[in-house]
Amino acid sequence: MAKLTFKTDLCKGCGLCVKACPKNLLVLAKDKINQKGYHPVEMTDESKCIACAFCATMCPDCIITVEK
Amino acid sequence: MIVFDKPKSLTDAPLHYCPGCTHGIIHRLVAEAMDELGIEGQSIGVAPVGCAVMAYNYFACDMVQAAHGRAPAVATGLKRADPSKIIFTYQGDGDLASIGTAETVHAAARNENITIIFVNNAIYGMTGGQMAPTSLPGQVTQTSPYGRDTATQGFPIRMCEMLAQLDGASYLERVAVNNVKNVKNAKKAIKKAFQNQIEGKGFSLIEVVSTCPTNWGMTPEKALEWVDEKMIPYYPLGVYKDKYAEEAAK
Amino acid sequence: MKGNEAIAEAAILAGCRHYFGYPITPQTEVAAYMAKRMPKIGGTFLQAESEVAAINMVIGVASTGKRCMTSSSSPGISLKCEGLSYLAGCDLPALVVNVERGGPGLGGIQPSQSDYFQATRGSGHGDFRMIVLAPASVQEMADLTVKGFDLAEKYRVTTMLLADGTMGQMMEPVSLEAPAVTEYDKSWAVTGTNCERKHNIINSLSLIPEELEQQNIERFERYAKIEENETMYEEFMMEDAEIAIVAFGVAARISKNAILAAREKGIKVGLIRPITLWPFPKAPIAKAAAQVKEFISVEMNMGQMIEDVKLAIGCSRPVSLVNRVGGMIPSPEQVLARIEEIAGGNGK
Repeated sequence: MAKLTFKTDLCKGCGLCVKACPKNLLVLAKDKINQKGYHPVEMTDESKCIACAFCATMCPDCIITVEK
Repeated sequence: MIVFDKPKSLTDAPLHYCPGCTHGIIHRLVAEAMDELGIEGQSIGVAPVGCAVMAYNYFACDMVQAAHGRAPAVATGLKRADPSKIIFTYQGDGDLASIGTAETVHAAARNENITIIFVNNAIYGMTGGQMAPTSLPGQVTQTSPYGRDTATQGFPIRMCEMLAQLDGASYLERVAVNNVKNVKNAKKAIKKAFQNQIEGKGFSLIEVVSTCPTNWGMTPEKALEWVDEKMIPYYPLGVYKDKYAEEAAK
Repeated sequence: MKGNEAIAEAAILAGCRHYFGYPITPQTEVAAYMAKRMPKIGGTFLQAESEVAAINMVIGVASTGKRCMTSSSSPGISLKCEGLSYLAGCDLPALVVNVERGGPGLGGIQPSQSDYFQATRGSGHGDFRMIVLAPASVQEMADLTVKGFDLAEKYRVTTMLLADGTMGQMMEPVSLEAPAVTEYDKSWAVTGTNCERKHNIINSLSLIPEELEQQNIERFERYAKIEENETMYEEFMMEDAEIAIVAFGVAARISKNAILAAREKGIKVGLIRPITLWPFPKAPIAKAAAQVKEFISVEMNMGQMIEDVKLAIGCSRPVSLVNRVGGMIPSPEQVLARIEEIAGGNGK
């Protein structure tokens, strides 16, 4: 069972993680705005996550922690 | 079980880089290498002038901020002062390949036992997107508004290829960070560059083909594609010199 | 021993084990001496690719809290000015030797004092000072080198030893002893955290105006202490002087000869010799203004220190210039002639 934790307030909404996810599970939350004023990344369905950490590998701001 | 977390060789300071700028990835790879080799406490980094000027806030090891282009000279002083310390510089293309070309070339020629992380994104980011020594022919920048005209503005410099001509340089590799596979390769190269220094193998330089979505005028995602389409064809990835591997093969 | 060699050996005695330089006349002996000695005592001699690189290598060593130096001559010092500014901005201690030659531009290779302005106020961008020491003998070349390292560490500033080609090439007996070295706090140095402390950062960047202002103010508070505690000068035959010469370095030696000749003729003339050019010995010169009727500034430039003399006395007395430039050296006769002009009432 994979678990992703996002430091949402540090997210700059660049979308590199979204592009990297092989399961297309990540989106930028268009209905949310974080402290920095960006639409932060959001997990749509954690149950399908395979904990490959591709998202974290591509995140320039180190906001993703991956556990399994 | 934690599969992925921020390396401890990075501080908790939020990075100031623009959204999608791959400086952050490269910082992390350097920090991961320090973590895995257990050298954070013995390392001293040298920050450049340019976008990464504030790298001193992000790496948890001791740091020195150098004048524009002078990082290899400062690193030389640091290394000569105490050869047991692990010394690295983190420099952009303007810093390393333009104003600091002499310092780079001569540190390599001396086979100075240091590690250089060279971030090539073909533009001056901090000052707002001027033409860099590595800007591509035809590339539009603030100071090449009609595209880099090689007749008047010269040709880009391929640093790895140039430095490979020097007997002194020990290990030169060009990597990229525009997809997961390339990031993993970049990590290996950076770690090896530090390992070389630990083993006293001399001058290692890793050129990391990076992005500048803001000044390239692209989305972060498009910038990653531009690396594949434009940058890598001009700056092919690979090992340009590995003196010890070459000697071992003989 | 040659003056240049005295500098090098004194630096080694003072514990300097890292020297970086680039060939330039007339300071070559410093580098040549270091090239021979450093490898034998486990030190570093490195001929850098440029003056710019050399001063930045100094910055690297200075960042670790170790004693280090570079030496050059006028055109090379111009190249080092970027580094001098960074040394100041980073509050790093270092010793920089300038064995001056004539300028501007490539100038000549003969002795000069024409870098006075550069050393005392123009050695790089931004608000900063260096301690500037002006030796007038080979012994002083050695002593002030030792002193220079100590002052640099005590106040976390750059000390410049400002000599000229004459001083560098001059041979005199010199007594060299290993000095007692004071240990100053170096907790700011980058020596590796050992993962036991927060990282140290050697840095001159400060993007917040309030903070940068404070750093400048703090730095100038240190400079004020230097002015208060470290001003050095020599007075020669000033007790009853009616004319005062102000001169430093080799010009002071020439002036002394002129003073002795004038005294034989019954003219009461003395010398104030600044040993620190910054901080400039304003107080003794101002005090002399109450006693003498005129000042003469003897310099090997077009008149640079004379401005500081005038400032020190608030222009309360006439100050005239006796000088030669371009590698020419003023003669005692030239200085004596001016003394006699003033004494005979034929002053300007």
